[in-house]
Amino acid sequence: MSKRVLLSENKIDIILNRFCCQLIENHRDLSNTALIGLQPRGVYLLNKIVSLLEENFKIKKIKKGKLDTTFFRDDFRRSNKPISASSTEIDFSIEGKSIVLIDDVLYTGRTIRSALTAIDSYGRPKSIELLVLIDRRFSRHLPIQPDYLGVQVDAIDGDRVKVLWNETDLKDIVYIEKKYE
Amino acid sequence: MNKALSVNSLLSINDLNINDLNLIYKTATYFKEIINRPIKKVPTLRDITIANLFFENSTRTKISFELAEKRLSSDIINFSAQYSSLNKGESLIDTVNNILAMKVDIIVLRHPSPGAAFFLSKNINSIIINAGDGSHEHPTQALLDSFSLMEKFGDLKNKNIAIVGDILHSRVALSNIYVLKKMGVNIRVCGPKTLIPRNIESLGVDISYDLIDTLKWCDAVNMLRVQNERMNLKFFPSNREYSQMYGLNNDVMKKLNNEIIILHPGPINRGVEISSEIADSDQAIILDQVENGVAIRMAVIYLLAKNIKIKNAD
Repeated sequence: MSKRVLLSENKIDIILNRFCCQLIENHRDLSNTALIGLQPRGVYLLNKIVSLLEENFKIKKIKKGKLDTTFFRDDFRRSNKPISASSTEIDFSIEGKSIVLIDDVLYTGRTIRSALTAIDSYGRPKSIELLVLIDRRFSRHLPIQPDYLGVQVDAIDGDRVKVLWNETDLKDIVYIEKKYE
Repeated sequence: MNKALSVNSLLSINDLNINDLNLIYKTATYFKEIINRPIKKVPTLRDITIANLFFENSTRTKISFELAEKRLSSDIINFSAQYSSLNKGESLIDTVNNILAMKVDIIVLRHPSPGAAFFLSKNINSIIINAGDGSHEHPTQALLDSFSLMEKFGDLKNKNIAIVGDILHSRVALSNIYVLKKMGVNIRVCGPKTLIPRNIESLGVDISYDLIDTLKWCDAVNMLRVQNERMNLKFFPSNREYSQMYGLNNDVMKKLNNEIIILHPGPINRGVEISSEIADSDQAIILDQVENGVAIRMAVIYLLAKNIKIKNAD
């Protein structure tokens, strides 16, 4: 197994800034938009984007939430990996809002599918978009594509994409571990 | 923390270790958030069938289990003893085996005989949740009681909790003692001498016959109902005398200098063990207990259902 850096801290910074610009381009002042991070790892990305939007782009009162999809997943009892839940915090109405779901890695698409079902319990949003830092090509199980994308990577089953954040892992960096070279 | 329970069925609180308890409480907090959403349902157990077998009357527990199951999207069969073939002489094991033959995954059992759930678990191959077996145990009630207390106090270690009333016939008392002991709570039982079981101090609890003294000592009190339906002889002279000695009312509360939290597992006999004004006061968390009951039962069912394997799954 070999390990290489996919995104350095610098590159991540550039991508985060681009995300902010793209969000503003499509959602203006984000007054009717809610950014929702998927638990657990999407929340770090959410927090970074929100603080960038607030500090560098002077956008205030951003509606942000966390969504846990554990109980909506379709692999309950099918996978041997223990599934543990995290908290959901959405303290605003999503009725009529434009939602942007935020996650670090898009892989099979099943998490996003369960998030689409989970978000239903809060009402009917105007639209839902998807923002991901890493898109693993060729590994989708479902017809799901991102609207905002950091980078695309070719990774087959068995490869691992690791996204580390300075909040928990000292620095922002993305690795890819290849099973075969 | 472990992410799976150490047991396959919930028969007694005593089978659970502290990890199991924490896992159930943690999972219940997530479900509590879910049942407060505009749409209170998750699709998690859509391929699971649960049979609620109630051989004894119940309002709260039955509705609570039913709601918990429905909010997890499982299919439900409800069975009440009054209208069943038990009246034609069918045994408990035969009844349950027939129900299981129809591909039921989980049995929720309420039965008037102590040990019924345990007996069933030895004779059939299924996940069983004890929803009260006679005067023995009522595990989910104890879990929701302790969960409600934790919401108020945070950590329960070294808190003083009193259980007052008909300890002798109460399954809630025994399960509560088991669970609170595991959490490091100081427990005192209080009631008329005839309604305190002999040797109960061997469970590590104090005994008192003085209600005021007990209330002054405790941080929270669990008021139990007098279980007239289980009494085949007189344990105290009259309801009136019982309520004068052990009833919680405004006069009693005025004698206390400390704030206490009041729990009651229901059903309430207003004016006997607790007066209306106390039962409806802010100190009573009786309706919180009912709400938490659904979340706790969802957590228990969810965690136990994790063990059901799917055929043809990789």
